[in-house]
Amino acid sequence: MLELRDVFKVLGGRPVLGGMSLRVERGQTLVIVGPSGVGKSVTLQHMVGLMRPDAGQVLVEGEDIQSTHGAGRERILNKFGMLFQSGALINWMTVFENVALPLYEKTPMGDAEIREAVNAKLALVGLEEHGHKYPAAISGGMKKRAGLARAIVRDPQIVLYDEPTSGLDPVLSRTIDRLILDLQKKLGVTSVVVTHDLSSAFMVGDMVAMLEAGRVVECLPPAEFVKSANPFVQEFIEAQFAGAGRLPAAKRG
Amino acid sequence: MKIYEPEYLKPPENVIAAAGRGLLLTLRNTGRGLSILFEALFWTLTIVPVLQHRREVVRQGFICGIKSLPVTATVALFTGMILALQAGLVLRDYGQQVQVGTLVSQTMCREMGPFMTALILSASVGSAMAAELATMTVSEEIAALHVMSINPVRFLVMPRLAAMMVMCPALTVFTNVVGILGGMLVAYTQLNVSPTAYYENAMHYLHNKEIYVGLLKAWEFSLIITGVSCYQGLSATNGAVGVGLATRRSVVISFLLVLVTGYFITRFFC
Repeated sequence: MLELRDVFKVLGGRPVLGGMSLRVERGQTLVIVGPSGVGKSVTLQHMVGLMRPDAGQVLVEGEDIQSTHGAGRERILNKFGMLFQSGALINWMTVFENVALPLYEKTPMGDAEIREAVNAKLALVGLEEHGHKYPAAISGGMKKRAGLARAIVRDPQIVLYDEPTSGLDPVLSRTIDRLILDLQKKLGVTSVVVTHDLSSAFMVGDMVAMLEAGRVVECLPPAEFVKSANPFVQEFIEAQFAGAGRLPAAKRG
Repeated sequence: MKIYEPEYLKPPENVIAAAGRGLLLTLRNTGRGLSILFEALFWTLTIVPVLQHRREVVRQGFICGIKSLPVTATVALFTGMILALQAGLVLRDYGQQVQVGTLVSQTMCREMGPFMTALILSASVGSAMAAELATMTVSEEIAALHVMSINPVRFLVMPRLAAMMVMCPALTVFTNVVGILGGMLVAYTQLNVSPTAYYENAMHYLHNKEIYVGLLKAWEFSLIITGVSCYQGLSATNGAVGVGLATRRSVVISFLLVLVTGYFITRFFC
């Protein structure tokens, strides 16, 4: 479904991706974890064509996103929804208008249909009462949820999440995790989640990939990931759960 | 719109390298700015058939036109008054103060009207455009538009350009009228020129050419202000510092280009 083949990227003279190879199967949730600055967000930006690799390929259902332009690129991008770290809501539009934006711009749907679709997505993320508010008037967590509603409003096949739970309280983090799980179960979407939060990674991920210096050093299902012999992985896990007593449960079924 | 990735340039090794890089970057940025401007001009063809585009153009027109009226009126009034007072005092020495109407109307319509309007719009509307788009760029809103396959030039630049192309000439006409009225006020109170004599003189020598050249300038200035401001906004990097830099650059570059192109249009039509 989504594949990175030997992707290299240098930014500011520093190699950020050094031969990154990843593959996400249809309907699968891949979680990318790793310390800050190892290229997690840059990987996501390559997946949607916001960055061009210096070498290597980014394939979406076998098509190289960088070699397509115009209508071809638009057709590929229509498969994607993306939740940005800050929500990236347009500030002069209300929450409702933000979520409705891709429908108004990219579909022939009428006002009534759009209202119905947007209200359904806002209800899904628990924001049905807040559609009339502007982004400046809502909390960081609500912005993320509104961003998520906008990302999924066109029922995309692939959803990318950039730090979906960072800066949120634990209860809200679990709510977002459950939303990601629900989307996968109900709509069968393929997901790529970038996060520092291993509890979240183990809860939503089918596969967890650990990055170090722009390369994947481990990519395993959560239950096997925690038992990995890789010292870098073990150090990351221990640092995250030091004092917590036990590891959180991995995703079921 | 092409996506431009952030650049990380090494410091130049010497003065010649710095000058060469500065020249190349200026040429490249000019090309990118012009490409955004022409793309936005192309997208103005979609204003009539698409309802949302019409709504956004009207909203932008309100922001750049109606909200600029008070400051434009004040600047225009005092520009006309200063012109009339300065010229009138000299003309009075020769007993020709009745000609002050001609001088004010000619100067306002050909030069000062479009120029003052462009300076006001550049400082108020252009800087706001650059700051708004730069904030959207550094807070990933432009990236979000790309992912939704919404063209930022069509969605953000085109409505601003269309609004400015209408509002800049319209505000120029308003500036001309208010400036001429300001001159009339000074002529009557300070130079003892009756409003009728002032009006007749002002209109007698004012030909269509003066008005057309002034409006042509205003239209060109609208392209310059919008093109420069939007390009600076969309190419911003580096967080809050980048927003400040984009805003400052948009005002400085717009001012300079308005001044230089204003001269060449005057030279061409004189």
